[in-house]
Amino acid sequence: MTTLRQVAGKLGGLLLTLFLASLLVFFSRFLVPGDPVSFLLRGRKPSPEAIAQVAAQYGLGLPPWQQYLDWVGGILQGDFGRSLQFRQDVSVVIGERLPVTLGLVVMAGTMIAVVGLIAGAVAALNRGRVLDRAVLVGLTVLGAIPSFVGSIVLIAVFAVQLGWFPSFGSGEGFLDTVYHLVLPSIALAVVFVVLIAKVTRSSMIDQLGREHVEVATSRGLTRGTVIRRHVFRNAIGPILTVSGLLVAGLLVASSIVEAAFGLSGIGSLLVQSVDRLDFPVVQAIVLLIVTAFVVVNAIIDILEPWVDPRSAAGAGAR
Amino acid sequence: MTTPTMAVKVLRAPRVRRGNLSFDISLAILAVMTLAAMFAPLIAPYDPDAVDFAAIYSGPTAAHWLGTDALGRDILSRMIFGARPALLGPLLVVVASTVIGILLGLLAGWRGGWIDAVLGRIFDVVFAFPALLIAIMAVALFGKGLVAPVVAMSIAYAPFVARLTRTLVASERSRPYVAAYRVQGFSGSWIALRRVLPNVTPIVGAQSTLNFGYVLAELAALSFLGLGVQAPTADWGAMINEGQAGVVGGYFLPAIVPAIAVVIVVVAVNVIGEELSDRIGGGIPA
Repeated sequence: MTTLRQVAGKLGGLLLTLFLASLLVFFSRFLVPGDPVSFLLRGRKPSPEAIAQVAAQYGLGLPPWQQYLDWVGGILQGDFGRSLQFRQDVSVVIGERLPVTLGLVVMAGTMIAVVGLIAGAVAALNRGRVLDRAVLVGLTVLGAIPSFVGSIVLIAVFAVQLGWFPSFGSGEGFLDTVYHLVLPSIALAVVFVVLIAKVTRSSMIDQLGREHVEVATSRGLTRGTVIRRHVFRNAIGPILTVSGLLVAGLLVASSIVEAAFGLSGIGSLLVQSVDRLDFPVVQAIVLLIVTAFVVVNAIIDILEPWVDPRSAAGAGAR
Repeated sequence: MTTPTMAVKVLRAPRVRRGNLSFDISLAILAVMTLAAMFAPLIAPYDPDAVDFAAIYSGPTAAHWLGTDALGRDILSRMIFGARPALLGPLLVVVASTVIGILLGLLAGWRGGWIDAVLGRIFDVVFAFPALLIAIMAVALFGKGLVAPVVAMSIAYAPFVARLTRTLVASERSRPYVAAYRVQGFSGSWIALRRVLPNVTPIVGAQSTLNFGYVLAELAALSFLGLGVQAPTADWGAMINEGQAGVVGGYFLPAIVPAIAVVIVVVAVNVIGEELSDRIGGGIPA
């Protein structure tokens, strides 16, 4: 089991990574040559007040480290600055759009978990047989379908040709929203289903060949029990680790799906903000995505010993 | 001198080639697409930007094999010209990230110690930024087009290459041939650059090939989002973006043709990359 000390060490690593990532997000602006005000107000005809406001918001007169501290301090209190395109607080703009993205990610995540685990398990349990080969070929093809291609194909077939699902917007009310998000979540899930299925397959095949599985079988346990208690249980560690690594990719890919299906989430907001030169919003969303990724992986890292006690003793025990 | 050199030779020898139809087909597809991209002006039946309002949304005909788009432009010609940014972008990213990654990985794996620790921490931070996110950031900072995303993605992919190189170099370091050179008085950097580097490069290179498909899809996604290659330049991602409106109206070809091309290239590159990793990686435990 994890000791408190190990947890503290992992939390320390988490904070260090977050700190370094925030440095990268903040100081990226300093890579652009020239005057920061003209960078931040590109493409706009700023009034003297607007210039003064941006200068004040970013503390442009102050030394860079002071600017950074003010920025981080504000974020810790929920203040991400002002959006240039909406003339609203960035936190408000993001808050309005977060539910759609979360709904999309939750639905896609459910599909990824269910389909990925089942496909991987089916392939592993039929290793080398026709079913395994069929699943592997299917995965190779599906894995090559990026979310924008998936979106276009799904819209063409299920929205335009068959008319079963809407191709635009996120609907109103819970059921209508779920209905609107079916095609987008499928488009988002495809590539990730493949990755989870592949890990599940190889992780289960690895376990199936272990001695403890042979022992369990020779004890006369049914195949179902052996697979549930001795194969799947042990196989779940690597699957969890890979799932964590997919979080950031899922959040970024949702911007593509949101754009394709006209959904108003933070992904499409990110793209729109890049397009409209609204740098404060871009900075905030990038930081949110990276934070989500780092935090989820830290949680998995901390939880893993409970799922798989062997990993507490280090990789050497495997 | 002879023994270590022989060891190197043995390590480099690829396994006996077995017949692999999908590998050959994939290679042929990529070769055809590369040639088409290189000789686009000679092959393309039409000017990719020539607008023909008499032939808007034409289906496949003898005149337009793959039909035309919303402006009556020939889709086949746009596909052929669009192959240039679609293939060149990923090529640049893969080459640059491989070179940067191998050098950093060699440094980390060979020197170890604090250099390894610091580089490892930096890689961890970069891993938290998906390549597409770094590319989007780069566009936000430096403007739309292919230049900023290609540079950004070269940086984003380098740590993956570096981590693999580092692992391989660290295990090479304890091999007898390295000790043999040391005893003979060769300097550490000479051994690293002249003997270890050539030994790990094929394996890393094969893995990098697999990145090509991902990068191609991500750069196309960027153009699809309107942040990469800009209209009216022909590019597969941008074509899918422009073709979206047609899809809703029931005209599928302008978006589906480039979409299928992206899928085909990604599958082909993955088949080749996996086969290369299989052949080259066989002799050395990773």
